[in-house]
Amino acid sequence: MSSPDGTAPPDRPTGEAQEESQIEDLVVGEPDGPTPHFDDLAGEHAAATAHPEPKQTGPKLELGPVGHLGDRLFAGLARGSGGLVVAIVAFVGIFLLALAIPALAKDQSSFLFSRVWQPGGDKPQFGIAALFYTTVVSSIIAMLIAVPIAVGVALFITYYAPKRLASPVAHAVDLLAAVPSIIYGLWGILFFAPILRPVIDGIAAVLGWIPLFEKPTGDDVGVVFTASVVLAIMILPVVTAISREIFQQTPITHREGALALGATRWEMIRMAVLPYGRSGVVSASMLGLGRALGETVAVLIILSVPNGNDPWNSSIFAGGETFASKIANNAAEFDSPEKTGAYIAAGLVLFVVTFLVNSAARIIVASSAPGAKRPRRNRRAGASTATEGASA
Amino acid sequence: MSVLAANKPAYDGQTLDLTGKSGLRAFKNTLATVLIVLAFVVALIPLLWILITVISKGYHLLFTADWWSQSQRGVTVRRVGGGAYHAIMGTLIMSLITAVIAVPIAVLGAVYLVEYGKGTKTARAVSFMIDILTGVPSIVAALFIYAVWITVFGFNRVGFAVSLSLVLLMLPVVLRSTEEMLKLVPDELREASYALGVPKWKTILKVVVPTAFGGIITGVMLGLARVMGETAPLLILVGYSKNINLNPFDGFMGALPTMINQDRTELALQPAADRVWAAALTLILLVLALNLLARLIARFSTIKSK
Repeated sequence: MSSPDGTAPPDRPTGEAQEESQIEDLVVGEPDGPTPHFDDLAGEHAAATAHPEPKQTGPKLELGPVGHLGDRLFAGLARGSGGLVVAIVAFVGIFLLALAIPALAKDQSSFLFSRVWQPGGDKPQFGIAALFYTTVVSSIIAMLIAVPIAVGVALFITYYAPKRLASPVAHAVDLLAAVPSIIYGLWGILFFAPILRPVIDGIAAVLGWIPLFEKPTGDDVGVVFTASVVLAIMILPVVTAISREIFQQTPITHREGALALGATRWEMIRMAVLPYGRSGVVSASMLGLGRALGETVAVLIILSVPNGNDPWNSSIFAGGETFASKIANNAAEFDSPEKTGAYIAAGLVLFVVTFLVNSAARIIVASSAPGAKRPRRNRRAGASTATEGASA
Repeated sequence: MSVLAANKPAYDGQTLDLTGKSGLRAFKNTLATVLIVLAFVVALIPLLWILITVISKGYHLLFTADWWSQSQRGVTVRRVGGGAYHAIMGTLIMSLITAVIAVPIAVLGAVYLVEYGKGTKTARAVSFMIDILTGVPSIVAALFIYAVWITVFGFNRVGFAVSLSLVLLMLPVVLRSTEEMLKLVPDELREASYALGVPKWKTILKVVVPTAFGGIITGVMLGLARVMGETAPLLILVGYSKNINLNPFDGFMGALPTMINQDRTELALQPAADRVWAAALTLILLVLALNLLARLIARFSTIKSK
């Protein structure tokens, strides 16, 4: 309750506002004519004009926030909506946990370290080790591919492209985010995967002695690596957008200082822009990673599910399943609470992982954002409130 | 400063030639320029490739009247015919319900952050949670609604459940963009309104929100564009129906993403493949149209603040 009376400006200190409110009430309350208020407020006004004297001194100060009914209602609604957001996030965790626990209690194998996935039946066995591995590996590769390109695109938009070209280019990259993920999946497996084949063969020929790059027999293109590259394309717009915003905020004095010292454009970027935007790029990468971790349908379509009899393969040139694709693929299996609970437990792990990654990204932004340490702060929006939180 | 001072003698004489750049430095600069332009080209290739693929494979069905007016009722993968009316309507209905639920909460939440909670600890917590909500994967949102709607309450898989899970995805998008716009509204407008004796809530409703209206609509459009393409909640929370079902509270419902998903394993058959790509094109057109519209509105309704 920052402003006790609705008519008080929002940023006034509390004590002062309380005194002010009495005066305003007198002024506002006396003439009945010009008040353009609604019927439900008329009663309040009448009360205020009828007993101006006792209202000022006695109960009003103790009552604290006294305002128009509409004000209290509206403030309540706004606060409620804010609280609802917090509640939703909390409920997501609570509900998933509550439904996962019974299934986890019956789990016959280690949930965290087992690679078996056979929920249901008398002795359900399920573990997330394989899902976790594929999810994390595919997302990290996606991030490694996407970030350099995204930084390049962001630099192109901010410091290389002609002014007139910059904004259409930025919009074009943003449009990548508008393509639905199911279309990425279809395009990825049908058109993109075949041309990745030689790349996969090439990497496997050189680095095949490392288990991570070992190529299994067969010509399956629905492998983790393909999914990673498509994921990289999908997270590109997010990483680009945030990097672009940070790069744009590099103080002009830094940039022109570098140029005045005789730096080339690249040296200016390396010495002024990149150090300034580093934490922003790191957090953008984490946000991209979060996106990649949770991407469902594109991965579902691209990744070929390994045959149950095959031994588990750690190579990125083999198929696999991520948390999201496993859950989506088996939606039809949600028939018994135990089975559903197993998938919900997997979803819970995914939620926790993305929660951690996203929180880390936000905390990096908050604690080491350019605005937090340097005098010039033009940081926009969410980051600015978060920044204040860190510095306070 | 100390570094400069220490280096100063070294700069005397030799490198005072400000025009010249050594070969290596010039080369690095050129290399960086080439790489950065290359990165941009690489980024645009997938976009163009996808658009060209989907348009070239899907456009011809879009020019038939049946596509916009018929459902897939009784049409098998081997048969030509039918349309996407059921899926388009399903997508629109579910998105519309999502917007009806999400937009008021989002706008009020933004009002809270900008007008009421500014600078308080609670507002920072809310802001942080919005960031977290932005990052919640659609499959997790779908599982959550599944847990609530089906496991706890015992309801059926229906379109409305999908809308509920999409609310979780749309809410942060609209809230953030609304917050941005509300922040841009000059304080002078608010103060002028207060000075006229207008109560705060009316100031917000009649002065602040209308000033930011264009930006809010932009956010709504972008939010809609995001949720329309979501497939994961559809897979879990509602079955695909080839028939027209306009009731979100009863029965399975068609939607464009699930229409694509339905036949994606039958792409070897020409009629099925045609429909898949046509549905993909319809979906892209819907989403792109919303995006472009959002940008147009944003361009013509920027708040002029000094």
